Amino acid sequence: MNAPLIEFRDITVTFGGVTAVDKVSMSVVPGGIHGLIGPNGAGKSTLFIVACGLVRPRAGAVYLEGRDVTRMGPHRRARLRMARTFQQLELFGVLSVYDNIRTAAEIRRGWAHDHSDCGRDTDEVLERTGLREMADERADRLPTGLARLLEVARALVTKPRLLLLDEPAAGLNEQETLALSSLLQGLTDDGLGIVLVEHDMDLVMQICRVITVLNMGQVLKTGNPGEVRKDHAVIGAYLGSAEVSV
Amino acid sequence: MHDLIAYTIFGLVTASIYAIAASGLVVTYTTSGVFNLAHGATGMFGAFVYWQLRFAWSWPAWLALLIVVGVLAPLFGCVIEKTLMRNLADATEATKLAVTIGVLVALVGAALWIWDPQTSRPFPAFYAGSKVEILGVPVTSDQLITVGIGVLCAVGLRVLLYRTRIGLDMRAVVDDRSLVLLNGGRPDRASMFSWALGSMLASLAGILIAPYLQLSVIPLTLLVVNAYAAAVIGRLRSLSMTVVGAVIIGLLQSYAVGYLPTSTVSWLQRLPDTIPIIVLFIALLVLPHQRLRGGASRRSREAFPLPTYRLALIGSAIVVVAAIVVGPLLGTQSLFSMSSGLALGIIGLSLVPLVGYGGQISLCQMTYAGIGAVVWAHATSRGNLLGLVLAFVVAALVGAITALPAIRLRGLYLALATAALAQFCDTFVFGLSSVTVFGHTIPLFGFGSLPASRPNFPLLREASDRTYFVLLAAIFCIVGIGIVALRRSRYGRMLLAMRESPAACAMLGLRLTTVKLGVFSLSAGIAGLGGALLAGLSTQFAPDAFSFFQNLPLLLLMMAGGVAMVSGAFFGAVALGVFSAVGSMSTLFNRAASVLPGLVGVGLGEQPNGVVADIAAGLAKLGRRGARRESAAPAVADAEPVWEWSGLDAPLNKQELAILDTALGVKAGV
Ligand SMILES: Nc1ncnc2c1ncn2[C@@H]1O[C@H](COP(=O)(O)OP(=O)(O)O)[C@@H](O)[C@H]1O
Ligand SMILES: [Mg+2]
Repeated sequence: MNAPLIEFRDITVTFGGVTAVDKVSMSVVPGGIHGLIGPNGAGKSTLFIVACGLVRPRAGAVYLEGRDVTRMGPHRRARLRMARTFQQLELFGVLSVYDNIRTAAEIRRGWAHDHSDCGRDTDEVLERTGLREMADERADRLPTGLARLLEVARALVTKPRLLLLDEPAAGLNEQETLALSSLLQGLTDDGLGIVLVEHDMDLVMQICRVITVLNMGQVLKTGNPGEVRKDHAVIGAYLGSAEVSV
Repeated sequence: MHDLIAYTIFGLVTASIYAIAASGLVVTYTTSGVFNLAHGATGMFGAFVYWQLRFAWSWPAWLALLIVVGVLAPLFGCVIEKTLMRNLADATEATKLAVTIGVLVALVGAALWIWDPQTSRPFPAFYAGSKVEILGVPVTSDQLITVGIGVLCAVGLRVLLYRTRIGLDMRAVVDDRSLVLLNGGRPDRASMFSWALGSMLASLAGILIAPYLQLSVIPLTLLVVNAYAAAVIGRLRSLSMTVVGAVIIGLLQSYAVGYLPTSTVSWLQRLPDTIPIIVLFIALLVLPHQRLRGGASRRSREAFPLPTYRLALIGSAIVVVAAIVVGPLLGTQSLFSMSSGLALGIIGLSLVPLVGYGGQISLCQMTYAGIGAVVWAHATSRGNLLGLVLAFVVAALVGAITALPAIRLRGLYLALATAALAQFCDTFVFGLSSVTVFGHTIPLFGFGSLPASRPNFPLLREASDRTYFVLLAAIFCIVGIGIVALRRSRYGRMLLAMRESPAACAMLGLRLTTVKLGVFSLSAGIAGLGGALLAGLSTQFAPDAFSFFQNLPLLLLMMAGGVAMVSGAFFGAVALGVFSAVGSMSTLFNRAASVLPGLVGVGLGEQPNGVVADIAAGLAKLGRRGARRESAAPAVADAEPVWEWSGLDAPLNKQELAILDTALGVKAGV
């Protein structure tokens, strides 16, 4: 098989004195959803900002499709066809939903140098995510659920091979979650690799092929949903602290 | 050897003063998150008040010092913090800076008002005259006292921050404001204390340096640039590195005075004054790349609608017709004032794409305007329009080159670099009459001023003052429409996207530095064009018209109008024209007119959108009931990451956290 889409090798990240991620290794293969779960503060989002180059790890290396990108800037990694959404929304608030997606498409065409039609790409993504009705709404007026969906849409329009999603289902209602779930599954059928950080256990267990559990910055367990569900350490760490944090 | 020791001692004296000023800046910035550009102005005001007490009213030195540094300065700091800065917690970087610029302009205006700048005010140093000898070099006692105070301040600050409760609080606020709140601490108190401390240090530095600089408003106010040059070496947060920076700058400056052949090579004459700025630019070059980070510090109150061509064309027609109608009604002086307002407005338009759309801050648009004016003056003596193109191109190039060192850093550094550049051109470049390279003498800025012609438009040769007024209005509108087109284009959306979320843009594959550089040079080019037109108005280039201080009211009034809108720039232009017209009527008005922009700037904390947006929103509300006001996310969101702020020198260690915990009676460190 080819090299994994993304591979973390012994990543360690510290903030001030706090070790947020501690010697984490993990690799993600194409065409499936890789769940990344763990209690609040486990280091999931930190792993994402390391993946996309917003923070350099203190130690360890990140590989994108076999290529060492540890010292590469964020925009160059994005051009290797990686896209992400943010847990704390990073939408272009003053722009409309349509312009959010369209600007992303235009930025992509700026570096991809192909002849794709930004307008058509935008329309396609609007259709696929079901945001068509909101197209003219300003992004900062969207309810959280739709705003998260817009984050996904904006990432998709750059035609990534690897998609990192940070809690995309937070604030979605049951119906929206269902739609998101089928959207994600449809994407993997097209060969996209997805890393999904999510607190909605039902969703994670249902759609993920592999799950990595983080706790206190360390990998607790990696396995398929069945294995993870049964693991006592996971139950202890996750449920134990989940009760505290709620 | 003897000389070297003497220069070193003198360098250490200046270094001590820079260190005192710079530490104040750093303490305030790290604790409250507001970078105080009025720091030098505070010091200047302190020095003047001290002079008033000590020399005009003959108080004893210790009493005057105690009252100024111990009572008035901290009081001033507290009032500023409570009334202005506290509300700025979630404001954009541009608004924060603008408010402190407002304070600066107001203080300068007030000082010029109270203490007539024509009068000379001798300001002898402490115990002037008595001397001791160190290593065979005579050292005056005031020099010793200055160095002593500098060392005391450095040690005192260290003790304060690391050994006292309030110091612990201040450093904890730096670490995590919300955590302190959560634990029943009082971040506001720490913030207020830091402002009081900052003003005290500023006024102390002002009083100490006044004997060497003479007691005059502008040089003392610009002390802030030297201070932040040192602070940038400490990355705006490390006190010990800031002191190191101050020592480097102080020594280099003193050696430059001592060893450069300033008396024989004319262009070197003013170079020593620019040493802090040169050090600043070198420091910027070696600073690590900006770290992007997402969200959190969001939700500003900025608001503006998407402009339409229809509105832009109607507005333009109204402006031009108004200029045709109003022109003949104005007297010579008012016509000149209003014309220069319009020319300044064109320079102000350059801020719309840069600050309004792109969220970057520049404090040197007038400098680029000056460069445009010089190019224009040299390029053509007969008003050839190609000269305007050249002015645009050269200014844009200079803009790109000068922005390069700071462009990869966050917005605040860019702002500081541009202010330094403006001062560099003020003190050095604009003073060069010519340079000689390989035997060729290139004329530059002349002596005092250069003659400039008015652009000759077809059918409008040798424009009269009235025609030129209408012409300026028309050019303003054309540039304005161009900017509306930019806003509606792909590039405009990209600029806004970058302003809204640099992190998201980078993750879409956008190279931020390229975009920033592009918009910066476009903006410099527009400023250069405006500068050429301004020079055409007065038919000369005079460096005074393009000085650092000219930038400040321009920026403030553009922001007051609404810097994200062309109509806001028009409001700023009219306001500048009216201020100048009113100012020329009598000296009293003149003085008031110099304080006014400052007050306007101070008001920005409350009304960051600018008046035009608010008026438009009000009209819209009247027009259709229930119309929602557009509100947008902030201009510059890339505030320093939390961990970047971690402590002035180092984050709280476990032991200190434990102290904090027991003091607060809670478990904070988890
Ligand atoms: N900017 C930051 N500054 C300091 N500490 C941080 C920062 N971001 C995250 N952390 C710390 O790193 C740890 C991991 O955080 P994060 O990756 O956001 O967790 P998760 O996404 O799994 O909830 C937490 O202890 C958090 O407090
Ligand atoms: Mg997270």
